[in-house]
Amino acid sequence: MKNNINHKPVILAFCCHYCAYAAADMAGSMRLQYPANVRVLRFPCTGKIEENHILAAFEQGVDGVMVAGCLEGGCHFLEGNLRARKRVERVKTFLSEIGVEQERLEMFNLSSAEGPRFAQIVGEMSERIAPLGPSPLRKNAQAMDVGLAAIERQTELAIQGGSK
Amino acid sequence: MIVADRKKIPEIRDMVKDHERVLLVGCGTCVTVCLAGGEREAGIIGSALRMSLKIIGREAVTVHECTIERQCEDAFIDVLAQRVGDYDAICSLGCGAGVQALAERFPGKAVYPGLNTQFIGILESQGVWTEKCAACGNCRLDQYFGICPITRCAKRQLNGPCGGSRAGKCEVSDGTDCAWQLICDRAKSLDKLDVFDVLMPAQDWSTSNDGGARKVVREDQCIAGMGPKA
Repeated sequence: MKNNINHKPVILAFCCHYCAYAAADMAGSMRLQYPANVRVLRFPCTGKIEENHILAAFEQGVDGVMVAGCLEGGCHFLEGNLRARKRVERVKTFLSEIGVEQERLEMFNLSSAEGPRFAQIVGEMSERIAPLGPSPLRKNAQAMDVGLAAIERQTELAIQGGSK
Repeated sequence: MIVADRKKIPEIRDMVKDHERVLLVGCGTCVTVCLAGGEREAGIIGSALRMSLKIIGREAVTVHECTIERQCEDAFIDVLAQRVGDYDAICSLGCGAGVQALAERFPGKAVYPGLNTQFIGILESQGVWTEKCAACGNCRLDQYFGICPITRCAKRQLNGPCGGSRAGKCEVSDGTDCAWQLICDRAKSLDKLDVFDVLMPAQDWSTSNDGGARKVVREDQCIAGMGPKA
């Protein structure tokens, strides 16, 4: 399966409400093209993203995860994006230990005014992951849809509940 | 508090891979505070463990997580007792005391450690814990102005620094303070440096790891039929 250049990786994008999510919105308004196999999850801040949110995504079989937060120094909550970067690095060590390529996870920083950059990084992420082939944890499409819907519900609950 | 850190996922995976149902048990006390084995870490390690098992073709192994308030006390393990029946192995994310308490309570279950227990220490700064107490059973912090040379001096010197003390740091590593520098600085600030004109007696190690596991008994707390265990 590896090195299958026709493989369309499923990518989950954890986006900060104040920057990447708005940038994604702008990219849409600008009719910019980017890979359609990216699912966007909105968080109030990337600092709200826990390691287990990212791991849960991989456990459900996504091929890659990108965390997109504000520019460093520009976090609405001061240091949420810095915490997110540390957490992403920690999850990479877990991925390495269990035998999943670290390249499948990356953190990006951008501002809400950077719609074209959002489209660009989604494209870069997709191009980076495609040669790796499907995740070794890949499920069939239906099971993964169910799993991702569960993650969406859980993260929404966690954001509302404020604890997890 | 007791400070621990997690074992690598492949090490935990290899312990549990031949079981069918594994309960990963977090502890809500010390290891929660040192971010090694609390509820959040149990979720993270559980998720990573399931993925690791799947990758080696052992996705049939079921891994569930739960966290109890305190693993090192039987009364708190009670809440676990009913649930444990559904599993053939337990992986404890408690300290060594917690692992052994679970093993003692559930003799028919395989019990594995998910953490490496490190030391008794404190939170030095965000994300940094340092050792402060060797639990030697014979505290002499009064003689050393609140800084323990047994724990914090690499050579456990009781009568002043060795020749490896350089600019306040220990020769063991640049990141390690010389305990005797700290002791002397503190004695000086309290105008008590002359205390060290006299040689300190050797440590009585009979209260430490001597003669097997230690036990503390408070007779006034021992109610007939309720302990202490023989």
